[in-house]
Amino acid sequence: MFPSEMVVDLSRFQFALTALYHFIFVPLTLGLSFLLGIMETIYFLTKKPIWQKMVKYWGILFGINFAMGVATGITMEFQFGTNWAYYSQYVGDIFGAPLAIEGLMAFFLEATFVGIFFFGWDRMSRGAHLTVTWLLAIGTNLSALWILVANGWMQNPVGSHFNFSTMRMEVSDFAAVILNPVAQAKYVHTVSAGYVTGAMFICAISAFFLLRNRNIAFAKRSLKVAAAFGLLVSIAVVVLGDESGYEAGQAQKMKLAAIEAMWDTEPAPAAFTVFGFPDQKNEITRAAIHVPYLLGLIATRSVTEPVPGIHNLVIDNEQRIKNGIVAYGALQQLQQNGNDAAAKAVLGQNEKDLGYALLLKRYTPTVTDANAAQIHAAAEDTVPKVAPLFWSFRIMVACGMFFIVLFALCFYWGAKDKLIEKRWFLRTLFYSLPLPWIAIELGWYVAESGRQPWVIDGVLPTYLGTSSLTASDLWISLGGFILLYTGLAIVEFFLMVKYIKLGPEGTVNLEPSRDR
Amino acid sequence: MFDYESMRIIWWLLLGVLLTGFAIMDGFDLGVALLLPFVARKDIERRVVINTVGPVWEGNQVWIILGAGAIFAAWPIIYAVSFSGFYLAMLIVLLGFILRPVGFKYRSKMPTERWRSNWDKVLFIAGLLPSLIFGVALGNVLQGVPFFFDDSLRVFYTGSLWGLLNPFALLCGLVSVCMLAMHGASYLATKTEGIVRQRAIQYGRIAAILMLILFMLAGLWVAKGLNGFVVDSIVDHAGPSNPLHKAVSMVLGGWMTNYHLNPLLWIAPLLVVVAVIGQLLCLGRGQSKWGFVFSSLAIVGVISTFGLSLFPFLLPSSSHPSMSLLVWDASSSLLTLRIMLVCTVIFMPIILLYTAWVYRVMRGRVTADAIESDSQNKY
Repeated sequence: MFPSEMVVDLSRFQFALTALYHFIFVPLTLGLSFLLGIMETIYFLTKKPIWQKMVKYWGILFGINFAMGVATGITMEFQFGTNWAYYSQYVGDIFGAPLAIEGLMAFFLEATFVGIFFFGWDRMSRGAHLTVTWLLAIGTNLSALWILVANGWMQNPVGSHFNFSTMRMEVSDFAAVILNPVAQAKYVHTVSAGYVTGAMFICAISAFFLLRNRNIAFAKRSLKVAAAFGLLVSIAVVVLGDESGYEAGQAQKMKLAAIEAMWDTEPAPAAFTVFGFPDQKNEITRAAIHVPYLLGLIATRSVTEPVPGIHNLVIDNEQRIKNGIVAYGALQQLQQNGNDAAAKAVLGQNEKDLGYALLLKRYTPTVTDANAAQIHAAAEDTVPKVAPLFWSFRIMVACGMFFIVLFALCFYWGAKDKLIEKRWFLRTLFYSLPLPWIAIELGWYVAESGRQPWVIDGVLPTYLGTSSLTASDLWISLGGFILLYTGLAIVEFFLMVKYIKLGPEGTVNLEPSRDR
Repeated sequence: MFDYESMRIIWWLLLGVLLTGFAIMDGFDLGVALLLPFVARKDIERRVVINTVGPVWEGNQVWIILGAGAIFAAWPIIYAVSFSGFYLAMLIVLLGFILRPVGFKYRSKMPTERWRSNWDKVLFIAGLLPSLIFGVALGNVLQGVPFFFDDSLRVFYTGSLWGLLNPFALLCGLVSVCMLAMHGASYLATKTEGIVRQRAIQYGRIAAILMLILFMLAGLWVAKGLNGFVVDSIVDHAGPSNPLHKAVSMVLGGWMTNYHLNPLLWIAPLLVVVAVIGQLLCLGRGQSKWGFVFSSLAIVGVISTFGLSLFPFLLPSSSHPSMSLLVWDASSSLLTLRIMLVCTVIFMPIILLYTAWVYRVMRGRVTADAIESDSQNKY
């Protein structure tokens, strides 16, 4: 008995929708908390009230955004259990730990200090408040660390093994789970993308003030801090993204091949396809423009290693499915008799391919009786949708490159105090506001869609991970989420615009706080 | 370190600690939201009430996130069965937890009366839904819920949302609502003054008395009218976590077994009675802080009573009793339990320390004057 295709599709859609929605708010929290820390440090050192005004004003916008991040974050934690029950049962032994540690180590810190960040100004010394702000920023960033350790494990499931007596994956080396290179690369790439978002937010709104000739001193200072920070982190995000690409090349060869629309193995030195129209049906990329050597450098850090293409990976996967069938057969024997030493040995040898056998369940629930055509079809299923990955990746990278130029110009003209004359540039800055979000959402699409058909790469197919719900359950919840989230988005957007228009002069009054 | 059996008991205790932590810490936020329309009628009164929890509710809410995370990590199969089985009920709880942060934060962002009174309604609903549904869920756990596993341990749940809303479960839901209203009132009595405080005391007393009556009624129902579950076969306390290898039967009054075997356990339900009476005596007699301590103890008593009645069951199956989930066959691997224990032992004291510091910083009563003189920084 498996979940119907409708249930699987709706579950995936709901998770994608709620995750992408959650991640509208998270990057801004990551970036702004850090920038608030920087501004407050300057306030602490210089004692100039304008810096406190900056912390307070950007803090108001941070708060409006933060509430939504918290509200939509709980959905994510609940959803593993509500909608992905088999996933939770199958890998909870490993996957649950980083989520729980996130709560213990990071979210408690972040959520406890966010309250007195707002309420504590006149109840503690400047130094104590500065500490609170930094603890808030650290908590936020640690939070992201543990979530990405969990996500990194889904991409590259290290440090774990299958236990036949509990029918699930169990942890064998927790240090490997934490130090998972894919997780680490994703973490630094993701948080630096958040920093770029925070910097862009402050730059764009400050540009808006300058265009309206309001709050000049306030906006100029904000721009200086945000542009310097933005330049630094926009370079970092590209460099670290490259690291992430390298790790994907090591651990998730199929994802890399799909992003590159690389149908056949590229002999060394592998060329990079900058532009083209991937045609999955005929397995070619039309109108492709190649840059020699580049892919080899990104994916293998060499000019001598080939990069495997989709065809070859499908052939490899066919073999892995065949090994998986052997493992599955042994598992069935062990379910009858847990002491069968021969079956244990067979399962042990082929354990790493057990997940590939599960790909067959959609064609033949008994798995072991699969014929050649079914095995081939299951191997073909291991190819994700190529064209959207190809394009999402390229738009994301283009945004990343654009940010470097934008922040560099902003920093340069800011340092020369010429920003206010460059009206066209201020307008460009303002209209670039949505770009970090576009890049980030596409980045998540690449990361998660590129992993398909797996929910845990090579271990558990996505379609087996869902709960045993009915389609009507899902229509109700999906409808509810769409209504609620749309309503809240309208309210949030309305408040953001209102408080941006009010500006610091209409919202921040420095009187009540005492300088102790 | 500890062996598998001890680790399972430790994590059973820690689960209780986390649920109690949630019910005490976030419980008063929920209770305050429940009482909002009753104890505060004018905008400034509502602002006083909301600002009593304003700086702390966010940290308190992490208890539920940590609780869910700990169930995921330490009892993954419980997490899978309960969250997916109670699907629509969980979404209703989630609705509360989504609306609450936004309600607290956004209410004060516009001065108009309509905006604020709408958010007040949202806050009330966001307090009511989780309070009620959590009680309903625990009531259903006591009755057992209909689920079974196939041989790959995929869970199938055969009940419905309406099945969850049966009379016994609703009674438990009301116990929970009254308990948290009592707790919220005890908190308000320590943080407010004047008319708001008087009303809080008044409603707190009603809630406490109702809670005590309903709690005893539920207890009587469990003892005399409800089927409990009893394990009939020998279960290896250190065996692999697989719930398919045991025999379980349902017996009328079966949840009283532990109390018959060990009469000392009666301390837990007695604690509820003593603590509620203590709360009633202290509330409004200049002993507000002790009133809060007593209402916290009542919560400890309620959750202990629930856990001890069930032990070693965590989630019984009413349709396939032998597939019920026990402390002995629903945990994570030994290694995961150990890793998580180390993390908890390191971080829990740190959390308590900085949380205590925050409460110290924010100590004292919230007054209308203080809010009006610093309107921009307050909710």
